[in-house]
Amino acid sequence: MVEKSVQEINNKIKDGSVNVVTAEEMVGIVEELGVEGATREVDVVTTGTFGAMCSSGLMFNLGHSEPPIKIQKVWLNDVEAYSGLAAVDAYLGAAQISDTRGIEYGGAHVIEDLLRGKEINVHATSYGTDCYPRKVLDTTLTLEDLNEAILLNPRNAYQKYAAATNSSKRILHTYMGELLPKFGNVTYSGAGVLSPLSNDPDYDTIGLGTRIFMGGAQGYVIGNGTQHSPTNGFGTLMLKGDLKEMSSDYVRAASFTGYGSTLYMGIGIPIPVLNEKIAKATAVTDTDIITEILDYGAGSRDKPVIRKVNYSELRSGTVDIYEKKTPTSSMSSFKNARKIANELKEWVKHGKFFISTPAERLSKTDVVKPMKQTHAIPLVKDVMSDFFVTIEGKHTVREAAKKIWENSFNHLAVVSDSGELLGIVTAWDVSKAVAENIFDSVDSIMTKKVLTCTPNEPVDLAARRLDTNGVSAMPVIDSERHVVGIITSDNISKLLARRY
Amino acid sequence: MKIKIIIPTERIQNPIIAESMVKTGVLLNIMVANIDSTYGELIADVEDGHFNRIKEALEERGAFVSTLDQPIHRDEEECVECGACISVCPMKVYTFDEKWNLFMDDKKCIRCGMCIKMCPHQALKLGD
Repeated sequence: MVEKSVQEINNKIKDGSVNVVTAEEMVGIVEELGVEGATREVDVVTTGTFGAMCSSGLMFNLGHSEPPIKIQKVWLNDVEAYSGLAAVDAYLGAAQISDTRGIEYGGAHVIEDLLRGKEINVHATSYGTDCYPRKVLDTTLTLEDLNEAILLNPRNAYQKYAAATNSSKRILHTYMGELLPKFGNVTYSGAGVLSPLSNDPDYDTIGLGTRIFMGGAQGYVIGNGTQHSPTNGFGTLMLKGDLKEMSSDYVRAASFTGYGSTLYMGIGIPIPVLNEKIAKATAVTDTDIITEILDYGAGSRDKPVIRKVNYSELRSGTVDIYEKKTPTSSMSSFKNARKIANELKEWVKHGKFFISTPAERLSKTDVVKPMKQTHAIPLVKDVMSDFFVTIEGKHTVREAAKKIWENSFNHLAVVSDSGELLGIVTAWDVSKAVAENIFDSVDSIMTKKVLTCTPNEPVDLAARRLDTNGVSAMPVIDSERHVVGIITSDNISKLLARRY
Repeated sequence: MKIKIIIPTERIQNPIIAESMVKTGVLLNIMVANIDSTYGELIADVEDGHFNRIKEALEERGAFVSTLDQPIHRDEEECVECGACISVCPMKVYTFDEKWNLFMDDKKCIRCGMCIKMCPHQALKLGD
């Protein structure tokens, strides 16, 4: 048994005799020397990751104005920060979007602009008190003008991430990027072999107080992150670091089309090789790290698992989905993850960075709970009209017009002999056919690509589908494509009218 | 060369592309086509020497034709080389080399713009 202490390793860092390798290099070393030999040989293994970490933000203090203000609401370049704290403290979330520019510019962009030395417009309002009489404040300032500017990131550096794909017929704009229709691509995130927590999956060395590489400066782990889920290998970290010391190479704003703004963070964590168990864990490879490919097509919290996959397959450029080679995209940068692991290695090697012992271990038993919802959400079947009118495709336009008029119903579901939905005909389609003197069969004028929904879908999803496609009604169908009802924008308006 | 053909609403019912090809004998290799009952936009490849003839034939029939000689531009400062662009590109323009540097082969690019929307860092743009 080889055992080392953090103190011994720090002494080696001090005298320059420390042996540091990256987690990628460690794989080959363990292969060559065996676990015992590698434990003897290597003192520190460095990890790295560089990717989108939406749950990040800046805690800052503006300094007091004259006359002073107790800020109730504050905006930085029109991006609102939370200021329900003492007078001039506020917290700017990376994912908050600009009131004026929308998702193209968010909290993350303000953070990057501050880091690049740019001037930021501050606007604040208050109700005024005897001790803080001021009600409105406008000023322009830079990072240097802030008293403190601390990145305080509630959830960073996921141990691994679920990969994403899309079974639906349209492009989805998500926090995992553009997901092409009908399983057109797979996107993934995380540094695999270099991922910090995947190299210490029992959290033997990473805990509260661990000193780390954060955005190009030294930062700290301050506990487990939110949604920390160690039992299924999705641990997370809460981090803090001084923005004033960071580099814009490793703190980068981004905006995902149709989703919003996020912050790309560069994080590196050194793992002291204290014993053989730790050495063995740091020899983890891409093949060892297994995650799931989830289908984002449903828009629901519980996304169907399409298949299990390891990082080696994801990083190969294609994965098989239902026997089809599907291209993959990484949303995080492996090149930068490697750069971070190497930079941290140089810091340790040259005595610029010392290893720390955590003051407290991270939980290994936490489980993430879904939200407790006390208000039942209405489903499509609760609001749809059971009354609907069908017509067969072979009937004439004249018969369609008659049905619409007799039933005072704008939408006719066109069905086959066996009752399966084939299309939809609206009063508008009929008017258009009449205007153009077309009196053929209904199937020649119907819309064949019909949007549909199912009885057990939440109404919110159906409403969003109506809205994004600019239509006013959808047939509700069962698993055999039989029409069971129809949902219209009227049904949804009535629901809202009841709610308020 | 890559060209863009726009078919306006009032001509969408006419077989403009087919007529132009039959009349001139010039072959268009259609790479992207977005056509519905109101509007059409196509990207096609045509031999350089035949461009003027097919352009004339298409424009006589009410289409608008422009050349796509500006490739997608990558801002290397903004790009973090994540590779998000790789899987959405229908022409496989983007690849990683063995050191995980992002490599771009603009000769294959058909300017469809998919990668522009995908890029989280807004590092890709059409034109310069």
